[in-house]
Amino acid sequence: MLPSSSRYIPPNSPTIDEVSINERVDKLGTRSIKTTAKIQGLKLCIAMMDLTTLEGSDTPGKVEMLCQKARQPILTRDDVPQVAAVCVYPPMVPIAKAALAGSNVKVAAVATYFPSGQASLSERLDEVRRTVDAGADEIDMVISRGDFLAGRYDKVHDEITRTVEACGEAHLKVILETGELQTLDKVRLASDIAMDAGAHFIKTSTGKVQPAATLPVTLVMLEAIRDYYQRTGRMVGMKPAGGIRDSKLALKYLVLVKETLGDAWLSPDWFRFGASALLNDVLMQLETQRTGRYQSDRYFSLS
Amino acid sequence: MSDTQGERLQILKTYKLYIGGAFPRSESGRYLQVKTVGGRFMANIARASRKDFRQAVVVARKAHESWHKKSAFNRGQILYRVAEMLESRRSGFQAMLVEAAGYGPDNARAELDAAIDRIVWYAGWADKFHQIAGNTNPVASAHFNFSFPEAMGVVAVLSSKQCPLLGLVSALAPVIVSGNACIIIVDDPAPTIAIELAEVLAVSDLPGGVVNILTGLRSELFVQAGSHMDVDGVFAVGSDQEEKKKLQIEAAEAVKRTFFVDDASPSEWLAESRQSPYWILPFVEFKTAWHPIGV
Amino acid sequence: MSQKPSELLFGDLWSYAPAPESPSHVKYDKRLSHFIDGKFELGENHFPVINPATEEVMTEAPMADAATVDRAVKAARVAYEKYWRPMPGKERAKYLYRIARMIQEKARELAILESMNGGKPIRESRDVDVPLAAAHFAYYAGWADKLKYAFPGLEPRPLGVAGQIIPWNFPLLMAAWKIAPALATGNTVVLKPAETTPLTCWKLAEIIQEADLPPGVVNIIHGMGQTGAAMVNHPDVDKIAFTGSTDVGKIIQRAIAGTKKKLTLELGGKGANIIFEDAALDQAVEGIVNGIWFNQGHVCCAGSRLLVEESVVDQVVMKLTHRMQTLRVGDPLDKNTDIGAINSRAQLDKITELVQAGVDEGGTKHQPVCELPGKGFFFRPTFFTGVSQSSRVSQEEIFGPVLAVLTFRTAAEAVEKANNTPYGLSAGVWTEKGSKIFSMANALKAGVVWGNTFNKFDPGSPFGGYKESGFGREGGRHGLLPYLDLGGF
Repeated sequence: MLPSSSRYIPPNSPTIDEVSINERVDKLGTRSIKTTAKIQGLKLCIAMMDLTTLEGSDTPGKVEMLCQKARQPILTRDDVPQVAAVCVYPPMVPIAKAALAGSNVKVAAVATYFPSGQASLSERLDEVRRTVDAGADEIDMVISRGDFLAGRYDKVHDEITRTVEACGEAHLKVILETGELQTLDKVRLASDIAMDAGAHFIKTSTGKVQPAATLPVTLVMLEAIRDYYQRTGRMVGMKPAGGIRDSKLALKYLVLVKETLGDAWLSPDWFRFGASALLNDVLMQLETQRTGRYQSDRYFSLS
Repeated sequence: MSDTQGERLQILKTYKLYIGGAFPRSESGRYLQVKTVGGRFMANIARASRKDFRQAVVVARKAHESWHKKSAFNRGQILYRVAEMLESRRSGFQAMLVEAAGYGPDNARAELDAAIDRIVWYAGWADKFHQIAGNTNPVASAHFNFSFPEAMGVVAVLSSKQCPLLGLVSALAPVIVSGNACIIIVDDPAPTIAIELAEVLAVSDLPGGVVNILTGLRSELFVQAGSHMDVDGVFAVGSDQEEKKKLQIEAAEAVKRTFFVDDASPSEWLAESRQSPYWILPFVEFKTAWHPIGV
Repeated sequence: MSQKPSELLFGDLWSYAPAPESPSHVKYDKRLSHFIDGKFELGENHFPVINPATEEVMTEAPMADAATVDRAVKAARVAYEKYWRPMPGKERAKYLYRIARMIQEKARELAILESMNGGKPIRESRDVDVPLAAAHFAYYAGWADKLKYAFPGLEPRPLGVAGQIIPWNFPLLMAAWKIAPALATGNTVVLKPAETTPLTCWKLAEIIQEADLPPGVVNIIHGMGQTGAAMVNHPDVDKIAFTGSTDVGKIIQRAIAGTKKKLTLELGGKGANIIFEDAALDQAVEGIVNGIWFNQGHVCCAGSRLLVEESVVDQVVMKLTHRMQTLRVGDPLDKNTDIGAINSRAQLDKITELVQAGVDEGGTKHQPVCELPGKGFFFRPTFFTGVSQSSRVSQEEIFGPVLAVLTFRTAAEAVEKANNTPYGLSAGVWTEKGSKIFSMANALKAGVVWGNTFNKFDPGSPFGGYKESGFGREGGRHGLLPYLDLGGF
């Protein structure tokens, strides 16, 4: 319990000009990624992927199939990396854990009553602890958007610090749900608060609300990470999630990372994609690079 | 026409309404028979109902959302494309003006030239009428003050009864160039021409729903233009006193804007006085914004 | 990690492979011709036209002598009397629309030629120069038959024959800025592109011929200073329009003194980019980059002086340093190049000299560590700190990718410093406070004020300078004025 005298003061986050951000995104979107750069980028995308299934209808069978795909995305090549993690609902963690045993693929789980977060703090923290105990390596939490939009920044900050605590050894990704925050100014402020509170990663969205991840929102968050790093020396990771369905778009995200944060963030330790359909599109592009033929999805196993 | 050896039977075109970029039949299933000036059967065109009008308004409202957000330059480019498409299909219109509307070939040619040129003329206003109609206002207080035009939204057009192509174009272009969407009610001696024009619009990169064309009986439908609460303005060409008064009374319910223009013969429609940026302005609203000047 | 704590490393972990735009489908003659009276004609006294990125000779262009200039002016005069003046505005409009459409159709070819001949990155020619050129023709096409609405109460008339001289920094776009309003208002034209960049104007002549413009309405001749002088001095030219250096602008202004010729000048600038502490800083930095390193700084309206509120100068310098590291200098035809080649050896020498002067005067030079191509005229993006208002790099127009960083403490001081120059073309203001944007816009003596943005152009937006940056406006309704006789004044 924080003593009342050390009331959290929200950071002096800068305002963001939306038109300028969109122009920068458009200009970076003209980067032409070809040949060796494309192959390297595509493989990086796979290594950075949190292969995700978060449906009410998920079954153990579905999760096991996903884990198989995660361990070996394509059978006919051995130069394609494993994905970074599999991301599931808490009850599926033991299934995923067993299915991924012996591999380097991490088990990430959403917690804190994802996606709405509408539960008491103690209930949310409890879910986190149970999920970590079940074997999750990484936890993706949601912030209280209602409290944030009402200006209760101290409460939002406090909840994140408590969740970091509850995670123990597990890494915490803080989902801002940028689609509900509406303005880039608010995205920046939420990013700064989350990092102040100890987030290991900041994440755009649950994927359950439109719009999910976008390039402008991601650029704002990457700039927030950069400024925080320069102020404190602590690196924070970033994860856009939802709506990234094809390789062309995924490579645009990588360009944003490269030109905002540089080499150190171009690794699965510091950047992840929350996606599912993306994987096969990346594999198809890799095959096209290898064979010179445009591909058909009938040749790529479902995840 | 019988299928004798050596003679080929024509495939007759079905003329439907133009709503949302597509060509649906009237929900009422009603039709009107249209003949050539020679008395030969031409087509059974759709006789639009008030429900068709209602549907068109819904579609127009949605289309307006994105149409008015395009850059003015883009709208001008699209209108120019309409002119390109009309020019490339002129022989069909030439034939139809002669057969369906009874024009002599020279008059038909003159009307086609004028219709195409008038579309180009309005295309050129798209990114310019703001520069003659909007301005900054040098108010006495320390404020920056500027007035600028904004498309009003959805406009109902009662098209010329005498001039099936040029009259129609002369009402359509000034309404949409500023960003409005419209529903045009067509009731003239050669209504198939309006639907042929709709086909031109459909291939011109004009988003569906920006222009909607309903053929039918003006006497049945004109009231809708005035009474529908989600229509922002009415452009009526050639209203008689009775129609005008009724429209004005109906329009009052929503404080709707109305603009009346006399109809004219086809040769009168050729006149330069029948195209003007002051036909654009009745369908825009002027917004004036203030902001302090200071440190 | 090998980087120092809290420092960012923009290295080669994932480098962009070459992404060249292929010029194989682009054709041009081994010898360029003049375009006079609707025909291409070979000239004499050819001079080489080089690709500044490779230093290779691409082609050669003819030098128009006084006799050639005379023929071109005569062709323009005849065309004016015979075809263009009597033509209804709506028909003139159609020719201009045709040209706009054809520029769009040939967009890729024009962009490649512009980059090969001028040195600017293909991304810029493709995404900015060529689309804006097409848009300029389309915009002015729309005015051709609406002149009576443009100036209430007046029925304006054309001037006659316009002589137009354009620079090498935006060759095709400057041709569009000149030709479109001149033709729309009913004038005919003799235009000379800069000697280092004749290629896209030569291609434009092809388009004009394809568009079936009546012969003599547009004449494009090539040459150097003497050709320009012959145009300026020709007695049958009614109007001179010049974009270029202030020095030459003054020469021209003297040369036409006492004649009836009308003149518009678009000359140099030393634009101030003013950043307040309450600006959206990252976006302001982007604006700085666009302001001075866009087009290698070869922009008259470049934001070449940075005025930063003292409380944020360290932050801005740090952000600028990082931002500079991801700028890619190199082959203009590579789609990932941000900064291309400097247009000529002469310009490169000038930039080098002024940058050295900056160092000699005690300034600190900041440049990224990057390799430059072995051949060609290239210069790294540069900024100076530790310079004063009176330093050469703060006063003289460098016309290169070099920025002088100065500070201020109050808005009044920023205005004073910004206005303390004989130039007055452009200025940028960065603050999130709306009232400050408007008060700064009021106080800055510049023909274009960009608020929270920079280097934005639109055919509908008037552009031109105060003071020694020239007079007259290009773009918008105001852009019609230079080419019209309003009736007795």
